[in-house]
Amino acid sequence: MEVSSESGPPTHGRCIVKRRMEAVERSLRMSGCELGLLSRPDGSANFLQGATSVLAGVYGPAEIKVSKEMHDKATVEVMVRPKVGLPAIQEKSQEQLIRETCESVINGTLHPRTSITIVLQIINDDGSLLSCCLNAACMALIDAGIPMRGLFCAVTCALPVEDLLIVDPNLKEQKESRAVLTIAMESMEKKVLTVSSRGTYSAEEFQQCVGAAWVSASDIFQFYKDSVKRKFSKS
Amino acid sequence: MAEGFKLVEPLEFHRKFLRENCRPDGRELNEFRTTTVNVGSITTADGSALVKIGNCTVVCGIKAEFATPPIDAPNKGYIVPNVELTPLCSPRFRPGPPGEEAQVASQFIADVIENSQIILKEDLCIESGKLAWVLYCDLICLDYGGNLLDTCVCALVAALRNTRLPSVKINEETGLAEVKLSTRNALKIHKQPVSTSFSIFDDKYILVDPTNDEEILATGLMTIVIDEDGTLCTIKKSGGSALSAQELQDCISRAITRHKEVQNLLDEVQVSVTTEK
Repeated sequence: MEVSSESGPPTHGRCIVKRRMEAVERSLRMSGCELGLLSRPDGSANFLQGATSVLAGVYGPAEIKVSKEMHDKATVEVMVRPKVGLPAIQEKSQEQLIRETCESVINGTLHPRTSITIVLQIINDDGSLLSCCLNAACMALIDAGIPMRGLFCAVTCALPVEDLLIVDPNLKEQKESRAVLTIAMESMEKKVLTVSSRGTYSAEEFQQCVGAAWVSASDIFQFYKDSVKRKFSKS
Repeated sequence: MAEGFKLVEPLEFHRKFLRENCRPDGRELNEFRTTTVNVGSITTADGSALVKIGNCTVVCGIKAEFATPPIDAPNKGYIVPNVELTPLCSPRFRPGPPGEEAQVASQFIADVIENSQIILKEDLCIESGKLAWVLYCDLICLDYGGNLLDTCVCALVAALRNTRLPSVKINEETGLAEVKLSTRNALKIHKQPVSTSFSIFDDKYILVDPTNDEEILATGLMTIVIDEDGTLCTIKKSGGSALSAQELQDCISRAITRHKEVQNLLDEVQVSVTTEK
């Protein structure tokens, strides 16, 4: 998916969206997604965005501890394991974000008093990590066959300087940016499900990021479709 | 009668009000509860504030201590925020180590400080590589009445504005720090972020400043933090009902007007404290 851009400085031939959205040229780094590579979980996915790689496993609907049981719907649990060390407070906040995003698309009422556990193992971080985690979680849920109202996908946008917006930045671009936003869209109405951000930005820039995420979302949903197709055509 | 109806059918109870474009406590959809600010109430802290938004009460105390600056950034100090949700404030919380909600709130406050640059960590350095201030910002919730994050951010800003640090000099001969408690200086506040929370009800009504009941019944929550220039510092929306770009824009506009209200309130409090002395 290499597309050279005419506007702005070249950033690995990936998406650079001009501030006024005149030239929307895009191509995400999504290089691969392998489904069902783990034998124990009910569903698993390895999602790659450039060098960023996240392995997700989904267990469920499964038995649950009585203390966590909810009588009207399934309990969704998310665990994020960092590449090195133990999960800290930052992972905790990511876990909550991912859990609530997943909860809003999972049809939990179909499996009351059960648990759906999503484990995300970060394999490598080269920018856009949160969006990769969310995408991996969604793919793993699809692979596990969990009933869902729709799908979701996440896009990270970086704002390095005025008039420039990079979609799906790598770690270097992300570090050099004054603001980084991760936006998750749902597939039914293409509305904004989740927003998480670092740094400061104007309301106008925020709207442009939403616009860029909206445009990229169709690519990602197409990519989801292709990945699932590939899995079933193999066997 | 109404009490019983609320207990048995909480969703329908709220719906009945929202259909008429008002809320059970008589507010309009985009109206905040009364905000009360009291600064300097804790005399043992270097800065403190108690903020109430409706029933939600948060007290913030700022304690300054010395530390060696981090090796990778010798000209910086530390800011350590911590949100405590005690069993006192709501039956949802149990004693023991902080639960997920408290940890997430602490991380949120840390992100707000980092993103908005309320105070620069460079300002907390006393002597590069040798001595710096650590500001422990303890936020303790006394009454969980919904909308914790807005109350916390407001209490934090009010307490930081109230903070007076003693002047410190390093004695060149002995190399020890000499603290002059009699002369105290205010911190340099660069930005004043204000947070505005929204709850989404039934996927269509957007309520500003949700109460505890409204938060529990909400289909989605969102928090926007904005500074005085109208720059967005943080938007936190984790899952829940999806919003369109237009709805997000309306929320941002509401956050801008809310900033002015809080800013005026904090300025007023500041004036009343200085004239008292």
